[in-house]
Amino acid sequence: MILAVDTSLGSTVAIVEPDGAVRAVARSENTLGHAEVIGTLLQRALADAGVSPADVTHVAAGMGPGAFTGLRIGIAAARAFALGRGIPVVPVPGHVAAALAHLDAGATAPFAVVTDARRRENAVTVFDGRDANGLPRRVAGPELRANDVDLAADPLLSVAAGPASDGARGGARTAEVVPVTEIPADALGRVAASMLASGWAPTGELAETEPLYLRSPDVTVGHAPKKVRA
Amino acid sequence: MLMTGPGPMPRGPLVLGIETSCDETGIGIVRGRSRPGERHVLLSNTIASSMDEHARYGGVVPEVAARAHLEALQPAIERAVAEAGVTLAEVDAVAVTSGPGLAGALMVGVGAAKALAVSLDKPLYAVNHLVGHIAADILDADAPPLEYPTVALLVSGGHTSLLLVRDLTSDVELLGETVDDAAGEAFDKVARILGLPYPGGPEIDRAAVDGDPTAIRFPRGLSRASDRAAHRYDFSFSGLKTAVARWIEQREAAGEPVPVADVAASFREAVVDVLVGKALDACAQHGVPRLLLGGGVIANRRLRDVALARAEAAGVTVRIPPLSLCTDNGAMIAALAAELIGEGRAPSTLEFGADSTLPVTQIQVAARDAVAVGTA
Ligand SMILES: [Zn+2]
Repeated sequence: MILAVDTSLGSTVAIVEPDGAVRAVARSENTLGHAEVIGTLLQRALADAGVSPADVTHVAAGMGPGAFTGLRIGIAAARAFALGRGIPVVPVPGHVAAALAHLDAGATAPFAVVTDARRRENAVTVFDGRDANGLPRRVAGPELRANDVDLAADPLLSVAAGPASDGARGGARTAEVVPVTEIPADALGRVAASMLASGWAPTGELAETEPLYLRSPDVTVGHAPKKVRA
Repeated sequence: MLMTGPGPMPRGPLVLGIETSCDETGIGIVRGRSRPGERHVLLSNTIASSMDEHARYGGVVPEVAARAHLEALQPAIERAVAEAGVTLAEVDAVAVTSGPGLAGALMVGVGAAKALAVSLDKPLYAVNHLVGHIAADILDADAPPLEYPTVALLVSGGHTSLLLVRDLTSDVELLGETVDDAAGEAFDKVARILGLPYPGGPEIDRAAVDGDPTAIRFPRGLSRASDRAAHRYDFSFSGLKTAVARWIEQREAAGEPVPVADVAASFREAVVDVLVGKALDACAQHGVPRLLLGGGVIANRRLRDVALARAEAAGVTVRIPPLSLCTDNGAMIAALAAELIGEGRAPSTLEFGADSTLPVTQIQVAARDAVAVGTA
């Protein structure tokens, strides 16, 4: 049983079976208050799915991109839950989960998952079709873009005609803009299920599981220390 | 299960404490007392600090601290349980700092603690960081039990507070606190003015070794007679920092050399004087002959020496927990929770958040009724 956690936008927790069947979803759309709701969401998802913590075999963690503070709470929770049970964390980029949900809804053309990254910026990842495991194929991003520019004119969204295209062969297509306001934890769990089914295994490399902050800490080195000599 | 003699020893609850209010990721493991009058036993006090990452900024950067907590938590918990010789499955309760502190940093610990408690299916105690500093004292196996009431002076880079503790788990009153910089922050800022590295406390100490603490009379913040009505137990260090900077500027403008040792010693004396003076004033006014010192700045030798000497002259007994328990740590958080459990308090609900300005009167956050804590 996979427990999936994401707090990069709202807060969502889901329980997904190894074959991808969704057992329960608990969510809070509040884009603040992640720390307040995370414990209750975990408890509710487990209860709704009728499983105990001991039944959980993997924890899927939404790694962002997202606003710093909220994103971290879900990752910290995912890691701590996994540590408590001695089970692995499967790191999943949040946009991949959103893209899977979009593909499952019938999308065929290339599209860009666009989420609020705060500070008048959006995080953008471009996908085109599915890979051999049925997961969304990422072709560009994630990158930050000012939220008041026309994304359609952005080269990031220009996708070369490839295997997934059946029409404009040889040319370029512009990805459809898909604004996303919540990373669906059920899709996150299904991405993890698919990764596990195709042989994903933890490497123990922390670098591989780092959050996708997309920004450096907002800090500047102050004035050089004043020199004082005796 | 450890066996001695004919049967298993009675064992108190095993509590794991998580502290992430500033730049230290602290994990503590404490075996709570199994019967009244017994002592709690410290099994591990594991600390991962991001201090080095803050050095180039000259102070704690909240976002840098929060990122470091996220990366440090899991390895720190693993180290702590290994050091304590226990497994997470044996943990009876999880404790976490809910506040006060840096909001983004606190949230990492809160998120982790909630998930750990849910995954272990164990109760969670959300507690007050400042009261945790007092609870550090009860882990000192060599000291006699803490007596009440006691005045507590907590001094660190994040806080400067004077408390009246009538009971650790039920009655802590804030007498005063800093209205601007924390004392530790003042050390950092003055070190910077003197061209010394971060953190400033040990550097100022080193620079002050051959200095004359009476060479320059720097101002004692909020210590005038006119401050007594509104700010008798409050502290202010930003004016002192400005006074040091101005004194140096004037010296340089006059083309004279700056006596760094004297400036460092005189600045430190002004800080120590006001800290100890106000703490002993509180002891006198409240008729409490006991003073507990806590917080990272207590590592400052001059502060301890002056406090001990002036307290003795005033007939006040001073308690100082081991320095490894004075700096921010998870053991003190586990100790406070162990004390709450020992008092039969119900755990917290899962709905609390991080409260960067949690008042000291709120010793436990989101306490729930009924539900008792099982012991191993
Ligand atoms: Zn502290």
